[in-house]
Amino acid sequence: MNIEIPVINDLQIEELLTDLLECYGYDFTGYSKASIKRRILRLYMLDKAVSFAEFRYQIRTDSSYFKRFVEQITVNVTEMFRDPAFFKTLRNLVLPKLGTYPFIRIWLAGSSTGEEAYSISILLRELNLLHKSLIYATDLNPVVLEKAAQGMFAMSQMKQYSENYILSGGTKDFSSYYTANYSLAKFSDELKSKIIFSTHNLVSDHSFNEFQLILCRNVLIYFDRDLQHKVLQLFDDSLEGLGYLALGTKETLDFSQISKDYKRLPGEKIWRKIN
Amino acid sequence: MNKCDALIIGGSAGSLDVLLKVLPFLDPAISFPIVIVIHRKHGTDSLLPELLSGRTKLVVKEIDEKELIKEGTIYIAPSDYHTLIEQDHTFSLDYSEKVNYSRPSIDVTFQSAAEVYNDKLVCLLLSGSNADGVNGLKTVKAWGGRAIIQDPASAQVAYMPAQALAHVKIDNVLSIEAIADFINLLP
Repeated sequence: MNIEIPVINDLQIEELLTDLLECYGYDFTGYSKASIKRRILRLYMLDKAVSFAEFRYQIRTDSSYFKRFVEQITVNVTEMFRDPAFFKTLRNLVLPKLGTYPFIRIWLAGSSTGEEAYSISILLRELNLLHKSLIYATDLNPVVLEKAAQGMFAMSQMKQYSENYILSGGTKDFSSYYTANYSLAKFSDELKSKIIFSTHNLVSDHSFNEFQLILCRNVLIYFDRDLQHKVLQLFDDSLEGLGYLALGTKETLDFSQISKDYKRLPGEKIWRKIN
Repeated sequence: MNKCDALIIGGSAGSLDVLLKVLPFLDPAISFPIVIVIHRKHGTDSLLPELLSGRTKLVVKEIDEKELIKEGTIYIAPSDYHTLIEQDHTFSLDYSEKVNYSRPSIDVTFQSAAEVYNDKLVCLLLSGSNADGVNGLKTVKAWGGRAIIQDPASAQVAYMPAQALAHVKIDNVLSIEAIADFINLLP
C-alpha cells in the first residue's frame, strides 16, 4: 500500500460507519479507529475509488458492494494450529477436562474461514471426543463462513500447518486428514460433521447457548475498550461454570469486571470460570 | 525545531546491534516515548524486551493492546502483529495481512503515527534488507514529521536506509555513534 497523504479523514470515516449502521444494521462504531481506518483506506485504494463521495454512495446503495466492503475491511487472516503451544494446552489440559462431560459444546467466535474450527475438530477426534462434541463456528461475515463450510484450504499452506500440528503435540500423519485436489486440500467430512457454521455478530447479537469452551482469538484487538467490555460480558453470559474462555496471545480480560470470576491458566491466555 | 511527542524506530536485519549500541547512551530523562518496530521471527517474542532492558535505565516493555503510551518508556512492537497508534495515544494491534512480507510492518506503524503526532513525530529507519518503512517515511514527511535514517554506509545491510534516502526527503543521516546524542537532544 502506497499512501502518502490519506484521502479520507476521520470525520468521513465516522460518516461511513453511521451509514453502515443505518442502511445495513452493521455496527462498526466500536471498532478500533486506527485499524478500521487503515482497512477502509486499503479498500479505497484497491478499488481505485474516484472520490470519497462516490465510494460512500456505492456502499450505501449497492448491497453487493457492501458485501465486498464487509469482507475486505474485516480481517480474515488465520491459520491451522496457530500458536501451537496454545493448541497443546487445549489437547493436554482443557479438552480432557471437558471430556468428562456427557456432551461438549464449543463456541468459536470470529471463526473466519474455519482453519481453527477444523484444528479443534482434529484435536477432538484424536481424543475420541468428537462424537459427543459440537463446535459452533460463528462470524459476522457470511462469505467467509461459506468458504469455511467447504473445508478446503490452499495446498501451499499444508507444510506450515503440518509443522504447527506437530508442534502442538500431534503425532499422526497430518496429510491423512485431507485429500489433495490440485491446489486445494479438502478436509474430511468427518471433521466437518460436528461443526455448525453460522453468522453471529458479537456487536449486536445476543447469547444463543451455553458452552463449556469459548474461543475468541484475535478478535477483541479490533474493538475499543467499551466494546471489549460488552463482548466479554456476552461471553460470560454464554459460558457455564467451570467452563473455559480462550483469547488471543495479546488479549486479556484483566481490565474487565468479569475477571474476578475467572482464574487464568498459568502462562496461557485461557481463563476458567470459577464462580 | 518542534517538540518531539514520539520517536519511532524501525529496522530489520542488522538493526538489533545498533539498538544494543545506542540504548546504553540514552538519557533516562527523555520526555517522549520510543516505539521500536523490528522485524523478527514469530515465537521469539519475550526475548527482545528482556535483551534491550538490560541496556538502559528506561522502562522497556512489549506493547499491550489498548495500552496508553507514556513518555520515557521504550515500547517494543510484538512479533506477528501490526502496531497502530490511535488518536487518544493508545496502541492498537492488528493481525491483518503482512505488508512488505512483514508483520510487524514498519510502514503501518509510521503511517498511523504520522496522522496522530503530525509535526511532533520523529521516525528513524535503521539497517535492513527490504524497503519496509520507506512508504511510511513518505507519509511522516507529508504530515510534517521528521524522517531520519542510519547512514547506509554504517549499516550491516544498507538496503533499507538507502531506499529511504533514494525516495524520501530525509532530514538527518546519522552514524551509529551519533544516534544516541541525536535522540537525547530532541526537544
